[in-house]
Amino acid sequence: MKLGLFIPCYIDAFFPEVGVATLELLERLGCSVEYPLDPTCCGQPMANSGCQDDASATEALFVHCFQDFDTVVGPSGSCVHHVRFNLDAIEQTPQAQKVRGRTRELVEFLLDDLKVVGFPWAAFPHKVGLHDSCTAVRGLGHARPSERVNEPYFSKTRDLLDKVRGLELVKIDRPDECCGFGGSFCVTDEAVSAKMGYDRVHDFHRHGAEYIVSADMSCLLHMKGVIDRLKLPMKVIHIAQILNGGPP
Amino acid sequence: MTRPVDPERRAAGFIALELHESTHDRLVWGMRQNRDKAVAGVPEWEELREMASRIKEHTLTHLDHYLEQFEKSATKLRTHVHWARDAEEHNAVVYDVLNAHRVKSLIKSKSMLQEECGMTPYLQQRGIEVTESDLGERIQQLSDEPPSHIVVPAIHKLRTDVAALFAEKIGTDPKDSDPHALAEAMRQNARPRFLKADAGMTGANFAVAETGGFVVCTNEGNADIGASVPPLHIASIGIEKLIPRGRDLGIFIRMLSRSALGTPITQYTSHFHGPRRGGELHVVLVDNTRSDRLGSPDFWHALKCIRCGACMNTCPVYRRGGGLSYGATYSGPIGVILDPGFDLSKYRELPFHSSLCGSCTDVCPVKIDISDQIYKWRRVVAAKGLLSFAKRVGMSALGKTLAHPPLYHSAEAVGEWALEHLPRFLLYNPLNPWGKHRELPAVPRQTFRQWYIENRRKP
Repeated sequence: MKLGLFIPCYIDAFFPEVGVATLELLERLGCSVEYPLDPTCCGQPMANSGCQDDASATEALFVHCFQDFDTVVGPSGSCVHHVRFNLDAIEQTPQAQKVRGRTRELVEFLLDDLKVVGFPWAAFPHKVGLHDSCTAVRGLGHARPSERVNEPYFSKTRDLLDKVRGLELVKIDRPDECCGFGGSFCVTDEAVSAKMGYDRVHDFHRHGAEYIVSADMSCLLHMKGVIDRLKLPMKVIHIAQILNGGPP
Repeated sequence: MTRPVDPERRAAGFIALELHESTHDRLVWGMRQNRDKAVAGVPEWEELREMASRIKEHTLTHLDHYLEQFEKSATKLRTHVHWARDAEEHNAVVYDVLNAHRVKSLIKSKSMLQEECGMTPYLQQRGIEVTESDLGERIQQLSDEPPSHIVVPAIHKLRTDVAALFAEKIGTDPKDSDPHALAEAMRQNARPRFLKADAGMTGANFAVAETGGFVVCTNEGNADIGASVPPLHIASIGIEKLIPRGRDLGIFIRMLSRSALGTPITQYTSHFHGPRRGGELHVVLVDNTRSDRLGSPDFWHALKCIRCGACMNTCPVYRRGGGLSYGATYSGPIGVILDPGFDLSKYRELPFHSSLCGSCTDVCPVKIDISDQIYKWRRVVAAKGLLSFAKRVGMSALGKTLAHPPLYHSAEAVGEWALEHLPRFLLYNPLNPWGKHRELPAVPRQTFRQWYIENRRKP
């Protein structure tokens, strides 16, 4: 199986260690991974602002770069959600449909496709707060949304973290409240976005989390910005880093 | 072109009031929690949602039939049925009826449709005294503000705000902010107005085509007094309020208050079938853009809305910024998708007052795809050339850069250089909204791409 690694633009620029962890983890699990050098982004920033015309060239580039892979895996629920559900600024050619249908988010790829049973190399003896992102929960169906109270709770991210030695999940007050990132929303609606971020981070802090873990680095980028400003004794970490054996 | 409402600036103002925002978030989230508890007591909740959604879809796709059936059945009950194409016609019809009865004073219960039509100022300009009888709505009327929430119109106010308002308007003790005392003071103030009113007005939560009756749900019983004491009752009903049969009510009534406040049912669920003895009953069926929306493949589902407010309660943006930040009749997620249908230019910024978290869609009792519609309205705004200058220019530049890998990688390098070398005051200035409350990430030594080339591509 030819597996294409999709590293979103902001991970490439700001969190290369998350890209490295994702790559190493997939290799450890026996995948043959290739990272094409040309893709830049999935087109979501423009499309989320309604700008289909501005998104189309980037979306076309994405499809072009990944069309020869059997599977595309990316460590970001929000970007994968865009590819699967909203990448429609370009003509829906067979190539576009193929790439969209074969793009998988890391957590679902590990759990549903590879059916990984354990990460014997991974230990993380810390109190961890789980942040399932909105697009992962409600877009990709990776966890039961809190509104659906009559269905049993599940979270694919939690299922993976349960396989890590020593890791203790903390319970918080509002399990799937949005962190307020929201793409360009975080600057165009600055006051609301920041307040949502503060409330979210305080919820984790109040419940004793040492780390906030997520499969979405964009949410973590936002919460890290809050943690650093408030100088709270907490860190953010992408799930790929934990599953790959923890931060260096 | 209308000047657009600026929800971001308004929301920032509300958040700056700190205590207002934190109290508002706590109370409104409390309603969402109560909703969760109430829903947990109804194991078939998801089936109810599906049935409610299908009944509404069926009714809306056969609306001509059900409207005519309603008119026929209502007329048999000696209800006068009027039709209004838009807000202006609605107001004119209401005024004509009131004028024919020489009404000088009107008591009304809460009606989002009458808000939408701007009815109160229209009637006041024509010499009719209009009094809101719902407590929250009365507070808003005295404040000269629109309702900030569909169900709890004054939820954005602290009780001290209400104490100050009542002290100024009805002469209560400004230092007494006890909610019971305030409610009692308003009850005493409103009672004579009920008794002297020449007419009562209500909205309707549901109108039943089969029977020609309609249902008004309140928690204060104010609609019942307004409809029963004066000899004339006028109800304004949006054409999307129709449901086919009386038995369908069972589904909606079970969902309405559970979704709204987390109570099994509203205190009063009043059914009106024709005028009371010696009285007169008029119904105005109002279109006001609804049939336009019905013709829109992307947006017609919004007509299923039963105005429960659950999407507001769950919305993290609404809870932080408050309902008045939307600057429109309808606030919260449902407002974001309804308001642009009335005036796209004025409400062009509303679809961006959302983080697209999607909770509204999951909480909606009639399964409106609210979050998807917000996303689609952004496309409409952009396609009509109504994006703000900053967004238009920014997205165009971003689109061009991201489409060309060499350009992108050099831009990435410049961005990183800037983060590393520019002094702090340049990074954290008022022009950088991110930096006002948050730190920028540290710049890594190399990008992932550079790492990959160095570590995996080298021979």
